[in-house]
Amino acid sequence: MEKKHTIYLDHAATTPVKPAVMDVMRPYFTEHFGNPSSIYGIARESKKAIEATRAQVAKVLGAAPDEIYFTSGGSESDNWAIKGVAFANRKKGNHIITSAIEHHAVLHTCQYLEKEGFTVTYLPVDPSGLVDPQELEKAVTDKTILISIMYANNEIGTIEPIAELGAIARKHKIYFHTDAVQAIGNVPIDVKSQNIDLLSLSAHKFYGPKGCGALYIRKGVKIDNLIHGGGQENRRRAGTENIAGITGLGTAIELATADIKGHNVRIAALRDRLLKGILETIPYARLNGHPLKRLPGNLNVSFEFIEGESMLLWLDDEGICGSTGSACTSGSLEPSHVMLAIGLPPEVAHGSLRLTLGDANTEQDVDRVLDVLPKVVAKLREMSPLYHKTGKEGGCNV
Amino acid sequence: MYSDKVMDHFKNPRNVGEIENPDGVGEVGNPVCGDIMKIFITVKDNIITDAKFKTFGCGAAIASSSMATELVKGKTLEEAWEVSNKAVAEALEGLPPIKMHCSVLAEEGIHKAINDYRKKQGLPEWEEKNPHSHDHGEEPVCEH
Repeated sequence: MEKKHTIYLDHAATTPVKPAVMDVMRPYFTEHFGNPSSIYGIARESKKAIEATRAQVAKVLGAAPDEIYFTSGGSESDNWAIKGVAFANRKKGNHIITSAIEHHAVLHTCQYLEKEGFTVTYLPVDPSGLVDPQELEKAVTDKTILISIMYANNEIGTIEPIAELGAIARKHKIYFHTDAVQAIGNVPIDVKSQNIDLLSLSAHKFYGPKGCGALYIRKGVKIDNLIHGGGQENRRRAGTENIAGITGLGTAIELATADIKGHNVRIAALRDRLLKGILETIPYARLNGHPLKRLPGNLNVSFEFIEGESMLLWLDDEGICGSTGSACTSGSLEPSHVMLAIGLPPEVAHGSLRLTLGDANTEQDVDRVLDVLPKVVAKLREMSPLYHKTGKEGGCNV
Repeated sequence: MYSDKVMDHFKNPRNVGEIENPDGVGEVGNPVCGDIMKIFITVKDNIITDAKFKTFGCGAAIASSSMATELVKGKTLEEAWEVSNKAVAEALEGLPPIKMHCSVLAEEGIHKAINDYRKKQGLPEWEEKNPHSHDHGEEPVCEH
């Protein structure tokens, strides 16, 4: 069988490690393998590399190097920020505010804390996925100890008004955490002016390795440890450092943030070409998420009358990798909580397709998708009992 | 994730479409759960001479519809009624556990189409031996 050229459009899921990042990482598996906690020369090399990376990450975020802690990735960073602040500040209060569209690493952590006696407010979002700062302010009580709102949504790409939300938290002297896993490289971040106390990031979302992330913790934030053991990371996160991962993260974040504006212009142009093409050629399609305040590479479209997984299977058959908010690809049968939170009827949520573009994508990739996708949608609609060619009667008019 | 057989029936579904003036129609599923199947049958001398389907759903739902319509064609109504969801899944060389409900839907769709035919003929409807929980009420239960 003829092997079709792969068009990877799932960069929100993960990204390939850049060759330059790989080059930096490689020696730390072999010649620079020393345990940074040891005393001899090769260990000192490892230690130096870690501290250099800490400075690299701090610079990108506008933080100080000793405010950066390396973790195993976004999920650990989210867990640490939320559980750590919750348990350390229990005497002050037991109320946490987050949003309905957070990643499960935040949502499930909050649900766990509810079982431990905390109360959680899940702020609704508007149809474009935005959290309303006024709603946040209204939700604050004298028991609120933490506000956690994602920087940008992984499914619909909506970018939240982080500085504004952070200012509300600061005004009420409440810690403010943001899951910035999708945001790095796409928006300029400055933790100081944006009033961010804690920020999660993950290397594999910006062309770094999997299994390595970081948590920014502003100096003075009261937080418990999550991983107990040795004295690594200034006694705050035990475990022998993932040196290769950490050095890879450093190079990756430097490359990803070297030209955020240029990256935005280039990727958004491709994304908009794709979106325009889709909306022009496929009826009963709608864009999910905010039309402007969104990640440059994120496209999320719902096609009525069809289901997302069957769309992905056909696209995969053509070498195109995407994802869907339909239940059928996850473990449950309910459609994605994000799709429901922005008010999509479940049947439309099932027909969503997320394509997330990255550095290697080209206009040819976009045009190939525009050639394939309308045929896939038409083929599936042809066999859908919900679709009537005459149009209107089956339409949801969303 | 899917067997070759499932992929074959997904990519080259047999019996897609509608039958004009069908003798029996069965529609099952729920858009909230992400799958709806509509099965059409033609019956001559107690034998299902033709079966077609239209399905909104995932790969397993489409493949199950395709296989179920294949399995009942040429069978008597009594034989077709005995085609279980397990038989559909086995003929597809297995379905992932989370997708077994798709084969259940196919079985239910066939049953509904047969009962629709019996009703039209003035015959009593046959009873489901193992009623499944694919709820059609206001709050659908999507788990099986």
